[in-house]
Amino acid sequence: MVAARVLMAKTSLDGHWRGINVVSRALRDGGFEVILAGMVTADTIARIAADEDVDLIGLHVGGRVEVVERILDTLAANGITTPVIAGGTIPHYAVARLEKRNVSCFPPGSALDDIVARARELTAQDVVNEEE
Amino acid sequence: MGERESADALLRSAIGGDRRALARLLSVVEAGGAPFRVIAPQIFAAGRGTHTVGLTGAPGAGKSTLTDALVTEVRRHGSRVAVVAVDPSSPLSGGAILGDRVRLRQQNVVDDDVYVRSMASRGQLGGLSLAVPEVIRTLDAAGWPVVLIETVGVGQSEVAITENADTTVVVLNPGWGDEVQANKAGLLEIADVLVVNKADRPGVQATVRDLERMLHLGKVQPWAPAVLTTIATDGTGVDRLWQVITDHQRFLAETGEREHRRAQRRIAEVRERVLHELTDVSSRVERSHAGALIIGALAKGEIDPVTASDRLIRLAAGRMADAR
Repeated sequence: MVAARVLMAKTSLDGHWRGINVVSRALRDGGFEVILAGMVTADTIARIAADEDVDLIGLHVGGRVEVVERILDTLAANGITTPVIAGGTIPHYAVARLEKRNVSCFPPGSALDDIVARARELTAQDVVNEEE
Repeated sequence: MGERESADALLRSAIGGDRRALARLLSVVEAGGAPFRVIAPQIFAAGRGTHTVGLTGAPGAGKSTLTDALVTEVRRHGSRVAVVAVDPSSPLSGGAILGDRVRLRQQNVVDDDVYVRSMASRGQLGGLSLAVPEVIRTLDAAGWPVVLIETVGVGQSEVAITENADTTVVVLNPGWGDEVQANKAGLLEIADVLVVNKADRPGVQATVRDLERMLHLGKVQPWAPAVLTTIATDGTGVDRLWQVITDHQRFLAETGEREHRRAQRRIAEVRERVLHELTDVSSRVERSHAGALIIGALAKGEIDPVTASDRLIRLAAGRMADAR
């Protein structure tokens, strides 16, 4: 069985690594291959998601939902339909806005287990059973 | 299933320069399953002879940063360049954190003439050393004339990966070991180029001197590994490094050493593949009903280990004959 690949990217707040590191670790321990991109622009996220052929994109949000929306627009413009999850400081009003665009949101207080479980759900269809 | 058609189509598109197709094709290749096996001969046939450069060294030596600086340097010379960045998988979960991209500057990531692919080592059992040469072949078929392979230089399998490269660069730091350490480390034996990175730190000269002294102890080779210094973070010495790498490439081509090495590597690769696949068959046979009976009898002491292994091998041989 081949591990699912997740791109983890920071969308703002350059100095803040703790959240993305903790979630990346949890995903690794859940059997995912996590491609860590650090703080990158929308164009870069689209490029990496395509080049690395990832099954899931995880965005670390630093309070600004507009940045996430711009990334979603860029992904769509590049024909990338990979599912997206978002965590970090997502304002209340933003959760509904993002979920309307099929982004699974994990605001502060979310359990790591829930994030990993959701990541599994979103990548499950990509699991190809090896022939015996 | 139509999988063959799709893998075929991906390969054709990738050879034609379609980047998205290449990305998906590499996943097929890395998985190593039936769809890959069907197109493996075509990937091999489409090879154009890319120059591969392996970078290895201890964790924290600055391999990722140096790789980024090399990418910038190769681009300055106008060539396209691909990077295969390998990080270890967790032996417990099978997951991995592939962090080499953090060191890549934005300008290189979005450059259409740069392609970066992260890979996890996916366990020790031959998986990686089988996947990496095929990934390189695929990049070669897709028209990437230079491929940099970056891996942590600890452990047998990682060293084996750099052996897939035409030119192996070993990255060290100032203060790295004394002569005793240098002799102990098998890393140096595989080096075509030695780089003391972070050369802005104290102890550079002593490290360079130790390494040179150590190299002179070895038997005289037609290619004498150079000891270079770099500061990857600001690019110091990276032009010289690329110069030496291209010198080495020319040396390999002119002496016929390149074809010789590549042939040797293919033979080693096949040995590993055969072993890997036999191990696969063996563990499947053990889990089968007939195999479990043999193991059970062995556990109870009813048969001896030699008889048990003979029987398991006979079972495996029968299975393989049926499969062909």
